[in-house]
Amino acid sequence: MSDAALRTASFRLPGLSALGPLLALILLVVLGAFLNDNFLSAGNVTNVLARSAFIGMIAVGMTFVITSGGLDLSVGSMAAFIAGVMILAMNALLPAMGVGVPLILAGMAIALAIGLLAGLTNGLLVTQARIEPFIVTLGTMGIFRSLVTWLADGGTISLDFAVRQFYRPVYYSGLFGVAWPILVFALVAVAGQIAMRHTRFGRYCEAIGSNDRVARYSAVSVDRVRLMTYVLLGLLVGLATIMYVPRLGSASGSTGMLWELEAIAAVIIGGTALKGGYGRVWGTVVGVLILSLIDNILNLADLVSPYLNGAIQGVIIVLAVVLQRGKSSA
Amino acid sequence: MERRTFLATTALAAAAAAAGLSVPAAAQGKKVTIGVSIPSATHGFMGGLNWHAQETIKRLKATYPNLDFVLATAGAVGKQVNDIEDMMATRNIDALVVLPFESEPLTSPVKAVKDAGKWVTVVDRGLSQAGIEDLYVAGDNTAFGRVAGEYFRANLKSGAKIVVLRGIPTTLDNERVDAFRKAIDGSGIEILDAQHGNWNRDKAFSVMQDYLSKHKKIDAVWAADDDMAIGVLEAIAQSGRQKEMWVVGGAGMKEIVKRIMDKDPQLPVDVTYPPALISTALEITALRFVSDTPVYGRFIIGSTLITPDNAKQFYFPDSPF
Repeated sequence: MSDAALRTASFRLPGLSALGPLLALILLVVLGAFLNDNFLSAGNVTNVLARSAFIGMIAVGMTFVITSGGLDLSVGSMAAFIAGVMILAMNALLPAMGVGVPLILAGMAIALAIGLLAGLTNGLLVTQARIEPFIVTLGTMGIFRSLVTWLADGGTISLDFAVRQFYRPVYYSGLFGVAWPILVFALVAVAGQIAMRHTRFGRYCEAIGSNDRVARYSAVSVDRVRLMTYVLLGLLVGLATIMYVPRLGSASGSTGMLWELEAIAAVIIGGTALKGGYGRVWGTVVGVLILSLIDNILNLADLVSPYLNGAIQGVIIVLAVVLQRGKSSA
Repeated sequence: MERRTFLATTALAAAAAAAGLSVPAAAQGKKVTIGVSIPSATHGFMGGLNWHAQETIKRLKATYPNLDFVLATAGAVGKQVNDIEDMMATRNIDALVVLPFESEPLTSPVKAVKDAGKWVTVVDRGLSQAGIEDLYVAGDNTAFGRVAGEYFRANLKSGAKIVVLRGIPTTLDNERVDAFRKAIDGSGIEILDAQHGNWNRDKAFSVMQDYLSKHKKIDAVWAADDDMAIGVLEAIAQSGRQKEMWVVGGAGMKEIVKRIMDKDPQLPVDVTYPPALISTALEITALRFVSDTPVYGRFIIGSTLITPDNAKQFYFPDSPF
């Protein structure tokens, strides 16, 4: 797969198969609007988008990891661990720094630094120790989850009340009526789309994912690019945590439970190949929105017994993927 | 002569015990090892339970020097079965206090302990076969729902509209919700919605956000769990509708109990389902080995209402939960 071929592909209009997830998203929006008058209200739209932001940022990073033939199961636990350490650090720094912008910035820097280190650990174990990404991240998933439970003494780590009140607007308020998490998610998504389509890094990811041996022969530094995808993902998990902590101001052993599967599902629904070689960042964003909309619609409309919510989600996830696969072969 | 010495010893021991000078006579006997097997601290309630278990063991060891405890926490059913087998094989336990991860898979391993002639105390989740355990200690899920329901009934007018958050779909959750529905039945209170929040803050937060978009008027929320209550309160704060409704959680988390003590109008009461029930089980089991107190049977811990007046006795600031 050469750069030239990829570049022409990106300038062609998206085919029907690429529109599959978008079609599913539009159908869901129409269904939601039909079932409940409040569905399209500003409040509800903000809720759904802000809720999607955490998984969304993580899923954008996951798109790069999966595209280059990797996988990361540890992101949910990593988010919980980062949130726990960030809260403990901010509580510890409080007497010295007092409530204010410097304290929040220190907390954010710590979150990003731990995200970077965690991503680096995953990446080095995959590229240098040559262990399967599934096994490496299954291991770190357990490690991060236990560490946060241990830090919390089995309970919940809570941010100091005064700091929390000060930090709260980072989740709840925004710019020009658009909440911060939504803005940050949008920026991450646009940057991700550009990185995937219009930079060397994105092309290398696809090249490595489709055939890493050929990529190596083409003078692509395979290990370094792979390592960078994990570091990028770690940083984005840190960023997601920065937006998550002000929401409830706490972290526990159950924080970020199953986020990894939601992020991976969003990536695949969006049209990225699970075996690597092809990535579509805007598709991932659509996938994330589909997942949160399903939840939202099921809550807003009393369609089925709540016991069946999981089944409905499963059916829609599979349908969204069938829709694009079916059309691409036609 | 022999009888006289016997009587004298008993009298002495009784006097000592009455004076609180030393432990009862039986406590000076042989070493007794009690195995304790509980799920690990994966969420708030279990975290509290683990903490109370450790604290109680510390205290019992100090009080009764001849008692020894083996504590094992398990993150999965299989691990718990292994723990119990190990306790039997290597630690030679005299009694087992177990909170089964799941009823079915734990039934035969616990039965094997019983068949070996050991004392068995089962906590909170019953085994699927009756008559194995010597002692059963548990919370009362029906009362948990009923007490909450009665509070709603007494404090809301007919025609009031409420929403309910349910836990993880289990029989335990069904018992609670059924009892709640029964308690408000015929009062004219309408349940607008009852979705699963899985006893999780984040999930409860988004479910409550959706309730608030969907329903123009909500008079009260039964969050049915203190972790869920935290998420619910945050969603209500975001919508700015704090004055419109109050929230009742459940279990007795310290942060929530504190707010009830401080007379928070949004959190008038809480319903107990104490993680300290493991302490009850341990204390009673210990009694079996240090005294002649009959302790076989069932001990059901009631669910009571925490109000600003009595909140102090339910407040454990050192517990993680």
